[in-house]
Amino acid sequence: MLEKAFKGSKLYYGWMLGLLTIIGISFGFYLWQFNAGLGITGLSRDVSWGFYIAQFTFLVGVAASAVMVVLPYYLHDYKAFGRITIMGEFLAVSAVTMCLLFIIVDLGQPIRALNVLLYPSPGSILFWDMIVLNGYLLLNIVIGWKVLEAERHNVHYPMWVKPLIYLSIPWAVSIHTVTAFLYCGLPGRGFWMTAIIAPRFLSSAFAAGPALLILLCLFVRKISKFDPGWEQIQTLAKIVTYAIILNVFFLLCEIFVVFYAQIPEHMDHFKYLFVGLQGKGALVPFMWTSMILMVLAIALLIPSQFRQNETVLLIACLAVFVGTWIDKGLGFISGGFTPNPLHVVNEYLPTGPELMISLGVYATGVFILSVLFKIALTIKEELYA
Amino acid sequence: MKSSRRNFLKIAGIAALGVGAKPVFDTFAAVGGHGPTEPAPIFKSSEEALTANHWAMVVDTRKIRSERDVAPLFRACHQVHNVPDMPLKRHEIKWIWAESFHHAFPDLHSELISDKIARTPFPVLCNHCENPPCVRVCPTKATFKRESDGIVVMDYHRCIGCRFCLAACPYGARSFNFFNPDDYIKEVNLKFAKRTKGVVEKCNFCEERLAEGIIPACVEVSNGILTFGDLRDSRSSVRKLIAENFTIRRKVHLGTSPAVYYIV
Repeated sequence: MLEKAFKGSKLYYGWMLGLLTIIGISFGFYLWQFNAGLGITGLSRDVSWGFYIAQFTFLVGVAASAVMVVLPYYLHDYKAFGRITIMGEFLAVSAVTMCLLFIIVDLGQPIRALNVLLYPSPGSILFWDMIVLNGYLLLNIVIGWKVLEAERHNVHYPMWVKPLIYLSIPWAVSIHTVTAFLYCGLPGRGFWMTAIIAPRFLSSAFAAGPALLILLCLFVRKISKFDPGWEQIQTLAKIVTYAIILNVFFLLCEIFVVFYAQIPEHMDHFKYLFVGLQGKGALVPFMWTSMILMVLAIALLIPSQFRQNETVLLIACLAVFVGTWIDKGLGFISGGFTPNPLHVVNEYLPTGPELMISLGVYATGVFILSVLFKIALTIKEELYA
Repeated sequence: MKSSRRNFLKIAGIAALGVGAKPVFDTFAAVGGHGPTEPAPIFKSSEEALTANHWAMVVDTRKIRSERDVAPLFRACHQVHNVPDMPLKRHEIKWIWAESFHHAFPDLHSELISDKIARTPFPVLCNHCENPPCVRVCPTKATFKRESDGIVVMDYHRCIGCRFCLAACPYGARSFNFFNPDDYIKEVNLKFAKRTKGVVEKCNFCEERLAEGIIPACVEVSNGILTFGDLRDSRSSVRKLIAENFTIRRKVHLGTSPAVYYIV
């Protein structure tokens, strides 16, 4: 099937070449970081995780959201999703790959990364994160590939794939839960010290992931002869609607607890993010933008006549994606580190090289996604068009 | 032909997986006590080594009048341990340094606190917690609590630089080498290891000096501000001070049980 990725239009080749160029340039920046050290990023002894880890966290959500197409199709036999499960699974493959790359670029000593296997430490959540992420990557590659191959040959996929599919459902939930546990089990980090982190992560993931999938479906319909289908997109839209409402609800629960209890250790991080603290508040405009986008998305998604208008749906999905990205990919990590444990506000801002390296990781993810989607779409075109 | 190549790849893949997974299974197989992955002691102890069941420190802040009284402690420590002097504040590497009461004890702070306390520089360092969160989160056991004497030590050669421990430490006691520290060490002490870029470091309660029978560098030059001793020995100097004075520890509500006590 891989050969399908090599046969394409000039536009396709241009797109892939463009991505490779970005990857190449950003790899140069990574070599700079590799040689000089993480000092070329905006990280500090107070905000010791930043843009990389935030992107990792957000993308774990995108990866986990594949379960939103897998579960209805395989568990509830919702046939319509059969057309698009492969898109969800391949999106997960690309997202998990980006997660792993973001972890690697964040390490101070990346060549020692395999020490995690050499000296396994089950007490560390990072150890478990490594296991669940790699496992999830493997599951989605195998399942996606085998099911697509079977579909191509018009046969049923091999029976041994079925248990893997069932396993992939709780596994998807586990990757984001374990990722949440990285943060919410740390004493002295009041912002994260709440049991709602994992549910919040999952709800924002199940909003952002399917929203991205809708955008991809609309895009695929434009560029290929394969139509993911009206019903499929509308069902995804309902999933996005419920998930984004839950996400905002969970956030409001958290805001109530924090501001009613008024414990400074918990409250000051929210103050820093939403109104600024000790005269510093670089993230304030971003956080409010995020809130406005999420509320706007809810308003656009609830009335069915809006949701059924694909232009409105497109705007709503963009709002969901950008809104949750700001919340998780910008605010969540540095907000947890500011103020620091000594109650000092030392702000974090990513630097140019840091953003370039991140861009390279995203380009790698998009490259992988393009290869996989090219294969899937070519086969789907042969079958359905 | 094609199928045999495929079979070969399958077997090679499974074999590779097995090699990678072996240490993982070894860990789970080792029930209780020390697993085979427990790091070997870094320094061999000699006969004159100072030993304790749990090393602890008492800081008598009544004896601190100004920054001048504590600056020598920091200088001594940082010189002995090749701690670099980084040009940017955000890359600072600190093993022991001064904080105001407000920052050292944010949960005990009050606006109306006495002028004397507000002005006193409080020496802060790794608390060598009895229940250290940094050790719990380390994915490679590069930082661990030494069974023999309770010191939370680091293996700089094993650390992958993930900085999970910086996130877990509620005292800001850990520093990360954002650049190669070599260029920022004024005088190199050849008796102690330098670090490389990309690893975490922190106070080690002078484990290398204890192994040679010498008390920690900061304690040595502290003129009685710092007292060092065994927390488990009821006749030790630290236990005596704790028994006779009212002491506080940093953020006890977090359950980390710091081994550094402050007399205020």
